[in-house]
Amino acid sequence: MSEQELARLSVEYRKKILKYIYKAKAGHTGGSLSCIDILNVLYNDVMNVGPENFSSPDRDRYIQSKGHTVEALFVVLADKGFFPESDLETLCQYKSHYIGHPTRKVHGVEQNTGALGHGLSLSVGTAISAKLDDKDFRVFTLLGDGELPEGSNWEAALTASHYKLDNLCAIIDCNGLQISGPTAEVCNTEPLDAKFEAFGWSVRQVDGHNLKELQDTFAALPFEQGKPSMVIARTIKGKGVSYMENQLKWHHGVPSAEQYEQAVVELDAACAEI
Amino acid sequence: MLTEKSIAAGQANLEVFSETLQALAVYDRDILVVTSDSRGSGKLGPFGVKFPKQTVEIGIAEQNLVGVAAGLASTGKKVFAVSPACFLTARALEQIKNDVAYSDNPVKLVGISAGVSYGALGTTHHSLHDFAVLRAINNITIVAPADNFETEQAIRLAAEADYPVYLRFGKKAMPLLNSEETTFEFGKGRVVKNGGDLTLIATGETVLPALKAAQKLEMESGIQAAVISMHTIKPLDYKLLHEFAANGKPIITVEEHSVYGGLGEACASYLMQNNFHNRFKIMAIPDEYTVTGSQEEIFNHYGLSEDGIAREAMTLLGT
Repeated sequence: MSEQELARLSVEYRKKILKYIYKAKAGHTGGSLSCIDILNVLYNDVMNVGPENFSSPDRDRYIQSKGHTVEALFVVLADKGFFPESDLETLCQYKSHYIGHPTRKVHGVEQNTGALGHGLSLSVGTAISAKLDDKDFRVFTLLGDGELPEGSNWEAALTASHYKLDNLCAIIDCNGLQISGPTAEVCNTEPLDAKFEAFGWSVRQVDGHNLKELQDTFAALPFEQGKPSMVIARTIKGKGVSYMENQLKWHHGVPSAEQYEQAVVELDAACAEI
Repeated sequence: MLTEKSIAAGQANLEVFSETLQALAVYDRDILVVTSDSRGSGKLGPFGVKFPKQTVEIGIAEQNLVGVAAGLASTGKKVFAVSPACFLTARALEQIKNDVAYSDNPVKLVGISAGVSYGALGTTHHSLHDFAVLRAINNITIVAPADNFETEQAIRLAAEADYPVYLRFGKKAMPLLNSEETTFEFGKGRVVKNGGDLTLIATGETVLPALKAAQKLEMESGIQAAVISMHTIKPLDYKLLHEFAANGKPIITVEEHSVYGGLGEACASYLMQNNFHNRFKIMAIPDEYTVTGSQEEIFNHYGLSEDGIAREAMTLLGT
């Protein structure tokens, strides 16, 4: 897919994320907006997965460790045709399958996540299975920078390099903010590149909103034979809406009617410039 | 009648577990063993040598062990995740709850050296909480086989189960328990001995002292005690419990677990809610700092022994 097509989709996805969060009066707004460009490129330019092959054992896998930004995932899955977008009208409603974290009850979701520090181990197990069976599918997992103090991440990071899982790609959505403050102040995990390199990963840092850079980076997978690949994506929480960008309160803030209108105006303007 | 010879003839259930898995793995390359530096203590050394491509070593990292096992199971692998029960069901509890049970990845969690098998190693190495915590989690079958027969059957069933299972093994050699029953199903208790004066319901390695106690009661006092191996803690065999409670005679449950949240409370809950008023006693490890010693010494200390169970039975019978 061309960079221009991806750029249009990113704006559309952002509008839909806000639309359904606004309607549900709930959601993780800032993080969904920070990771949406990554999901856009993965699902539309990188991964071999869609509704047509979701039951195939050879499909690429996407496991979202930072499950709370599920609105971004739901919007992309709907666009890929896994389910009608109108289903998202029920987001977070009584008995809806479209809850605040990924669940397999929603077509296209690989694993039930939400508790942090789980996605990498699940991905490592899935990638080991591919190696055992000489299968070519790849495993992608999205982590948040705020979840990295969970020790299970580092257990899984060791196993990934021990088993030389070059069919595994982890992406960290590094937006630098978590629920109680800047990640650097809550629990500083930097330098992330040096840490993962020390754990045996091949690491690249990218601008997580630069679609071309994301495309080129994923096209280069695996970064090194015999090593798991880590993409440290530097992102902006609330990206795309001026008053949300880098503002902590939008971690799970819900826009008012006026704020929602303004966001739509800004995103429409951004689309017109593409 | 059990004799010392027949007891000596049995193997540790863990050894039967390993041998059964090897027998299955020959014909099924999807069978995997995932371990946390526990191949030795899990008697899985020979499995690892024979089936290196069906063995995944994680190292001492139980959370990752369970998460990786869940990922493997999601691709269709028949995964046995093996780790000491004390670590598996405490440190990795969130992974069991979310990655296995909630995500419905059919991992077979194998808690080895369970209960107080590690005896004198102390509370860090005891698992007296596992029934309780796992019972409160939806979508996991909990099984504690008593003898070599139940162990082999449980492994074969677990291998083909498309749902999560927790298997709990001790370290002690176990005899083949007297029983005319040759069938084994999860959720169906096994009547090891019949008797109409009272019922002893035990699970795992406490079935043996319960059976010995029943024989002692019969020989010394002419009391006929039924003995049930309630190998499946969840789903509990309510039908069998109902059947044996119907005569109104006393019921004693025996388990190598905390008095809270295990077999005894599961039975009590059913009985109370179904208007049974049998005299009832839960024999288990009390809520205190567990005494130190070997498994046998700890069993004896808390009365989970031939003499202790027989004594409790006499008390409950009012004789």
